[in-house]
Amino acid sequence: MTDFTQLGVKQIRDGVAGGDFTAREVAESFNAAVAEAAELNAFIVTTPDHALAAADATDAKRAKGEDLGKMGGVPIGMKDLFATKGVQTTAASHILEGFEPEYESTVSQNLWDAGAGMLGKLNLDQFAMGSSNETSYFGNVNSPWKKDGTNAAMSPGGSSGGSSSAVAARIAPAATGTDTGGSIRQPAAFTGICGIKPTYGRCSRWGVVAFASSLDQAGPMARSVEDCAIMLEAMAGFDPKDATSLDMPVPDWEAALSADLRGKKVGIPREYRMDGTDEEILKSWEQGKEWLRDAGAEIVEVSLPHTKYALPAYYIVAPAEASSNLARYDGVRYGLRELPDGAGLQDMYAATRAAGFGDEVKRRILIGTYVLSAGFYDAYYTQAQKIRTLVARDFEQAFTQCDVILAPTTPTASFPLGSLNEDPLTMYLNDVFAVPASLAGLPAMSVPAMLNSDGLPLGLQLVGKPFDEQGVLNAGLAIQNRANFNAQPEKWW
Amino acid sequence: MVPELNGILDWVEQLGEVDTAGVEPMTAVIPNTLRLRDDVVDADPHTAGGRRDEVLANAPAAEHGFFGVPKVIE
Repeated sequence: MTDFTQLGVKQIRDGVAGGDFTAREVAESFNAAVAEAAELNAFIVTTPDHALAAADATDAKRAKGEDLGKMGGVPIGMKDLFATKGVQTTAASHILEGFEPEYESTVSQNLWDAGAGMLGKLNLDQFAMGSSNETSYFGNVNSPWKKDGTNAAMSPGGSSGGSSSAVAARIAPAATGTDTGGSIRQPAAFTGICGIKPTYGRCSRWGVVAFASSLDQAGPMARSVEDCAIMLEAMAGFDPKDATSLDMPVPDWEAALSADLRGKKVGIPREYRMDGTDEEILKSWEQGKEWLRDAGAEIVEVSLPHTKYALPAYYIVAPAEASSNLARYDGVRYGLRELPDGAGLQDMYAATRAAGFGDEVKRRILIGTYVLSAGFYDAYYTQAQKIRTLVARDFEQAFTQCDVILAPTTPTASFPLGSLNEDPLTMYLNDVFAVPASLAGLPAMSVPAMLNSDGLPLGLQLVGKPFDEQGVLNAGLAIQNRANFNAQPEKWW
Repeated sequence: MVPELNGILDWVEQLGEVDTAGVEPMTAVIPNTLRLRDDVVDADPHTAGGRRDEVLANAPAAEHGFFGVPKVIE
């Protein structure tokens, strides 16, 4: 019998369509794998019935000879930041515990319409704020990976840590993620899987719990570049309900995949060579250049002079937007209400938020309200938005000399849970290579490159021009074909 | 939390080093025109009116078809 949990999106879709196996068999295998993996804490709730119902619908369609859709028969994990009708949606927070949306997010609806089913809602950093999946109200997510010779619980990255852990552990063939400042790419790199954040506006934000609206973008996380291309096609598309949705056709990325990079130029940003970057990360970057040269590309050095300022600018812009977005959690319309005896309305707001938000969320709301306050607005927020313009201009300039940029995804491999909690700034530095592309709204992907000397995965990042997901995917495919990354974590859960 | 917040604010101070004279603050990351909704009632069924019970379904205290809050007038 085939071990269905070893199969990816494309293999499942094609196998179901070709009658090699049924969607129900696949869903049952993954439901069982999910049920066995409680120790990973990747899911906040599981929805085996949803996965089975979608599988049965796909099998029934096949019996009638109907089209099965781009994701027909593929069960996936849904990051618990997407509103799912009738299924608890928490953003991994206490303040939304028990919240069951009356509507479905556009991205999740698109996936169901394409034939996918839902295995459950995946854990994440609370309100997608974090880089290690340690800020969830529902507990840390464990990476399936261990450092060689140790048994310490490792971080799956964040904020899409439930997604990365589930896909790497093969309890889901693919999962949705969202990326505000690296939340798809960094966890993908930490767990040896692929993840792409498309151009800002490709995927609708309608029904996605908002963190920083000018940065938030959904994208797929899966084990191959092909699987990401397929799933992104199913997720993306114009949505009139999102004012920043791109009114453009969704390209057939899967069909146009090509690892032949002859005639393409790959830019290497010199400012990404930072002090303190792990030697092995730098080595993987060198190897990445070799692979892309081997695929026919020319390697050119480019400059992104404002790189150093991208991360601090992000930590003004993102908290500012978060402080505004999270004002909606007031204990009145949905979610938690804390009402101490004799409390008035203001006391109720304060008590609800004090009890309902975690420390990192509170930190960011406080920073956000501070940088937006009347006396400091220009010095902080306006200055950060100007720097954002400069960061975007750097990329525009660089893309006059190259087609795609190659960089490391993260400055280090995964770290043990609990090891970076002393100082929030140390944690923020995880996203130093990921944030610039977010500030510029560009498509960016992480692809697994190799294992380091500790046996932990390292990822390489590709950043493309606006709307050029194809260029990013193609360069990613060229790396995938040469890296032949097929390491799997040893099952301990 | 105060030392952490001070640490973060000290760190973002470095943005002051950058000469931004004549630079426009970013307003849209990808050039996009803001669309106008069709000038009709309930242009999109998902965001249309007439859904009181769904709107109230998750309220911690819904009363008589409204959101209930603690007394605000003494």
